[in-house]
Amino acid sequence: MALTSPWRADFPAISVLEAEGQTYLDSAATAQKPQALMDRVYGYFRSGAANVHRAQHLPSERATRAFEATRETTARWLNASADDEIVFTHGATEAFNLLAYGLEAQFQSGDELVISALEHHANLLPWQQLARRKGLRLVVLPIDAQGRVDLQVASGLIGPRTRLLAISQLSNVLGTWQPLTELIALARSVGAITVVDGAQGIVHGRHDVQALGCDFYVFSSHKLYGPEGLGVLYGRRDRLRMLEHWQFGGEMVRHARLEDADFHAPPMGLEAGTPAIGAVIGLGATLGYLGGLDAEAVRRHESALLDRLCQGLRQRTGVRLLGEPQAALASFVVEGVHNADLANLLGEQGIAVRAGQHCAMPLYQSLELGGAIRVSLALYNDGSDLDRFFAALDAAREILG
Amino acid sequence: MTLPAAAAEAMQRFAAAGGWEQRARLLMQWGERLEPLDDSERNEANRVQGCESQVWLTGTQQDGLWYYRAASEARLLRGLLTLLIERVNGLSAEELATLDLTQWFTDLGLARQLSPSRSNGLMAVLRRMRALSEQG
Repeated sequence: MALTSPWRADFPAISVLEAEGQTYLDSAATAQKPQALMDRVYGYFRSGAANVHRAQHLPSERATRAFEATRETTARWLNASADDEIVFTHGATEAFNLLAYGLEAQFQSGDELVISALEHHANLLPWQQLARRKGLRLVVLPIDAQGRVDLQVASGLIGPRTRLLAISQLSNVLGTWQPLTELIALARSVGAITVVDGAQGIVHGRHDVQALGCDFYVFSSHKLYGPEGLGVLYGRRDRLRMLEHWQFGGEMVRHARLEDADFHAPPMGLEAGTPAIGAVIGLGATLGYLGGLDAEAVRRHESALLDRLCQGLRQRTGVRLLGEPQAALASFVVEGVHNADLANLLGEQGIAVRAGQHCAMPLYQSLELGGAIRVSLALYNDGSDLDRFFAALDAAREILG
Repeated sequence: MTLPAAAAEAMQRFAAAGGWEQRARLLMQWGERLEPLDDSERNEANRVQGCESQVWLTGTQQDGLWYYRAASEARLLRGLLTLLIERVNGLSAEELATLDLTQWFTDLGLARQLSPSRSNGLMAVLRRMRALSEQG
């Protein structure tokens, strides 16, 4: 049965890559961009770039309006209760670092920070380093064989000393949804701050931060078909105000004297320096484009793609799927074949997938694997992409014996 | 400078390969020529950082000329390491410092294996070779 994406043509890069013999199956690393984004960004630069928030002239007014419109669109996208709960950063990684530094004063030696065993380095290292700076304990929730945080163990590990829970919504290696509702409830019951890494989750389905009940939600624009150099930090208003100012300079300052200064409240007070204005405006266009799609049709398409991917992998002898993927991506290893060899020969055949440890080295240590191959899908992928991938996989395996 | 005999043979065989499949099969054949390292040589000090798979490299000097041995878990990389070693073994530190290895792999039809986005580590191995020879 043909599995055709009706949105493929909205992403010009897909046909350009196809003409070069490239099949793009690495969208969990970064996604291709819709024409709507390119048009908007081109239009912005072409009609006059300007800095935001600080000039009386027309170009600045125009840029500021477009910039703030994205804040509004993003707030609606996440169902935040107000626009000023959205902070723009220079990437998701920076957002986690902002949290780890901004919340530092909330913690005392002996407090516990809870993460899971499948965190991306961006949601691990800032907390690990914070724990080292402040003498905190980093508690790691184990995962089960399916690739989800084990709730029973988690309920024993989240306790009165827990001050923060930082957890991924959708694993970037296993493609498994994490039991956020239950985990957030556990953390809230002990008064802990909750942080959700939505970098992968945001790309697959709409999520309501108020319904989730998290304090902070972080995602990155470029994985959500938007421009690079831009991260989004949602923070519940009262929690956002707990954050200490972290980076200084630019428009985050309200009044500066030589000896001291005072600063704006969030979000402005947390956005030091000139923001990535073009990228923010571009993300607005992407969200506008995505908002116009039939979300249910996208979900069905992605789910059919993933089924076909997992089926094809499970059919092949010697292929071991990691965990039980539920969305968008699957990682696998082949018995007796080094993933670097497989990746090399897939690359030779124009298959763009990722090999290695996908910025989650501790997860691979717990799986006792040196790495794996990850195939990740987006709404523009087709059944034909998977056909090419499987043909290339079979050819590579034949050579590697 | 004339090519060492083993390198000249490699050049002839790889230049005749038509397409990725033949090159891959050749690389695996070449990998089998790689002289194995002892377990004791596969130690942390000899491990080359920056490779997707584990790679170990040793270098020894004899009469001012350098000889290398290497090991890897990945078969294609073993082939690439053989090609690298066959080209550089018996060179002096000065010769190694100025040798154009990009050209060498390009001539073999393997230029993409050296591209910066590849994390196979071939460039890291070369840097380690040069570092070893400079320390003397």
